[in-house]
Amino acid sequence: MAAPVASPKLLFNDIDEPGLCTREVYERRGGYDSLRAALALTPEAVLDQLKASGLRGRGGAGFAMGTKVSFLPKGAMDKYLVCNADESEPGTFKDRELMQKNPHLLIEGLIIASYAAGANRSFIYIRGEYVLQADALDAALVEARNAGYVGEDILGSGHSLSLVVHRGAGAYICGEETGLLDSLEGKRGNPRLKPPFPANQGLYQGPTLINNVETLSTVPTIIRMGGAEYAKLGVETSTGTKLVSVSGHVQRPGNYEIELGIPSREIIYGLAGGPPAGRQVKCWFPGGSSSPVLKAEDLDVPYDFDSLGKAGSMLGSGAIIVVDDSTAILDVAMKTAKFYRHESCGKCTPCREGTNWTVKMLERIDVGEATPMDLEIMASVQEHIIGNCLCVLGDAMAMPIGSMIAKFKDEFEAHIERARLSRGVGDAAGSDLALAAQGTLDAGPETLLASDPSGDQAPGEHAGDPGTHQGGA
Amino acid sequence: MSPRGWDTPVDLEREPATIPDPDTTPVPADLRVEIEAHMANYPDRRSAALPALAAAQRVHGWCSPDAIEQTACVMRVTPAYLESVASFYDMLETSPVGRHSVYVCTNISCSLRGADELYEAVLKAAEGGIDGEPINVRAFECLGACDIAPMASVDGVYVGPLSTADVPQLLEDIRSGSPVLPELQLARRLVADPHANSQEFPRHPAEHTARAGAANPDIAPEEASFGAPMEGDRPGPTAAYEPTPEHHEEDES
Repeated sequence: MAAPVASPKLLFNDIDEPGLCTREVYERRGGYDSLRAALALTPEAVLDQLKASGLRGRGGAGFAMGTKVSFLPKGAMDKYLVCNADESEPGTFKDRELMQKNPHLLIEGLIIASYAAGANRSFIYIRGEYVLQADALDAALVEARNAGYVGEDILGSGHSLSLVVHRGAGAYICGEETGLLDSLEGKRGNPRLKPPFPANQGLYQGPTLINNVETLSTVPTIIRMGGAEYAKLGVETSTGTKLVSVSGHVQRPGNYEIELGIPSREIIYGLAGGPPAGRQVKCWFPGGSSSPVLKAEDLDVPYDFDSLGKAGSMLGSGAIIVVDDSTAILDVAMKTAKFYRHESCGKCTPCREGTNWTVKMLERIDVGEATPMDLEIMASVQEHIIGNCLCVLGDAMAMPIGSMIAKFKDEFEAHIERARLSRGVGDAAGSDLALAAQGTLDAGPETLLASDPSGDQAPGEHAGDPGTHQGGA
Repeated sequence: MSPRGWDTPVDLEREPATIPDPDTTPVPADLRVEIEAHMANYPDRRSAALPALAAAQRVHGWCSPDAIEQTACVMRVTPAYLESVASFYDMLETSPVGRHSVYVCTNISCSLRGADELYEAVLKAAEGGIDGEPINVRAFECLGACDIAPMASVDGVYVGPLSTADVPQLLEDIRSGSPVLPELQLARRLVADPHANSQEFPRHPAEHTARAGAANPDIAPEEASFGAPMEGDRPGPTAAYEPTPEHHEEDES
């Protein structure tokens, strides 16, 4: 294995220094110097730096931040800047660490971005579950206001900005930018039809720039280093460093700051320690539970936006969830699908019905009521969700589920057959599939359908509790 | 006004509720001040719906008809509008719940590490409530703390990694009102990245008795049977692993 990853620490540098969440320590470390430097420039010059940095949005879509800022119309009008701190993509917890330990970094970045965008009102929409982090932001905001960084005529620059920390109340969909806007307006968090895009008609129908916590927290560094210098980090189309949240079956789950473009293996094994001894990576989500899964053979894919895209997945929010070979893929699919069923706002039919039926079909597999044909139906349900809804929540289920069906078809088929057998259905015992299933059962740890030595995934368990499974079938 | 429940039949003859009349709707002074402060933060007062409902829920324990009516009265919106909002969000309770809440994350990363067993254990241990008052135990979607999986949010305080053996102490801490499992609180944890800190920093001080959140057991219990606690896998809040190159040499034979 290659040398350990020692990426430059732009966001995580000494993040556990006591008192970093206070203005005193933050300023002692050079905090708010970038703000002063930016306010000495014209907004256009700041925007040029952001563009030159090549910084791509860290929330999931990966859109170039500088370009996004430039989409806002020019001229004097109420413009809004909204920081998306809803961070509810399963597996993602990077913004949490940033906001809790270094809230001033986000506030400084947000002020600079508002200056570049000409926005005068800003909001941080933080998920309601993050009590500790919202409290840290509130305390930092009071300090920033008292120091004159937030308010009227910031440091004599003529730029004014109001900032409100807005706490959500528990809804995944509010991380979707238009759902977030509706929620911020005090409504149910239903996504909106696009266009118009938020840059033209967003919050209160005004031009709105929406950025992720990590994106905005990177802005002070870009101003300090210069956009061109920042762009030298990472790889050509994925510049800079990225916070990666690694979780699941790894020995050292947590947040790591990496330089984009390093091999994924180095993150999963080198930094996070890989699966526990004796276990192998079965599959991994490279960018949150919405991203199509990759298999162990994809571990050498460079971890950047385009390489992961080429590999058939996406970098998303930078949340790697590792699943080792002790787990049945059906269980992974079930958890994923149930989450999206719960979180679907119900506005668009393909998502509302598609997530619901996907769960029901998975449950049918589990209790032995499915046939191999159901896999095709399930795959086609996924295809019909993608691209047919107002937002991507449905896609966010369809992509991983579709990829699981495609990549673990044998295992699904074997599971179907085994569950049917244990339910005593039909004469399947003599069929090819049953033999195949038997073969898989004997194949050892690689397939997991088999009775697992650790006993945590015994085949009988699924058929054993039909009460919970049968509800919707 | 005495508390009312939702289980009375709807009177279809009745006109829809209008914006409550301030003269006939008493609102606790503190609550009114808090809601008005939230409203002042936004260009449109309706934006204050979430923080206002959260405030009313802290006073009333849940988004009861009284809570909704008082909030609607201060915000000058109809109760129906606020009910539509309250019913959308997981953290706003639309039926009575206990004052103390335990959200157990049962999403994928936590489940891979034994969250379903943990949830069952908490549910079972909390069955009788605390001193006669029920505890609001919920299986929650991803709480954004997969690094301490499996974890729970106890009245807003994140603790983990938890094992089923921690459950009695967790409930005892709720009962006695002391900080919940201080050693396992997220607030104390250092960043995982071994190269982030250039020197050794002490762990963060124990935190934080969050306000009583709220929630309700409306999410059906998820099937247990998925994942299991990982052996010997309690890195503890300091997550002490040596930042040396050695551990990068995994064997890939």
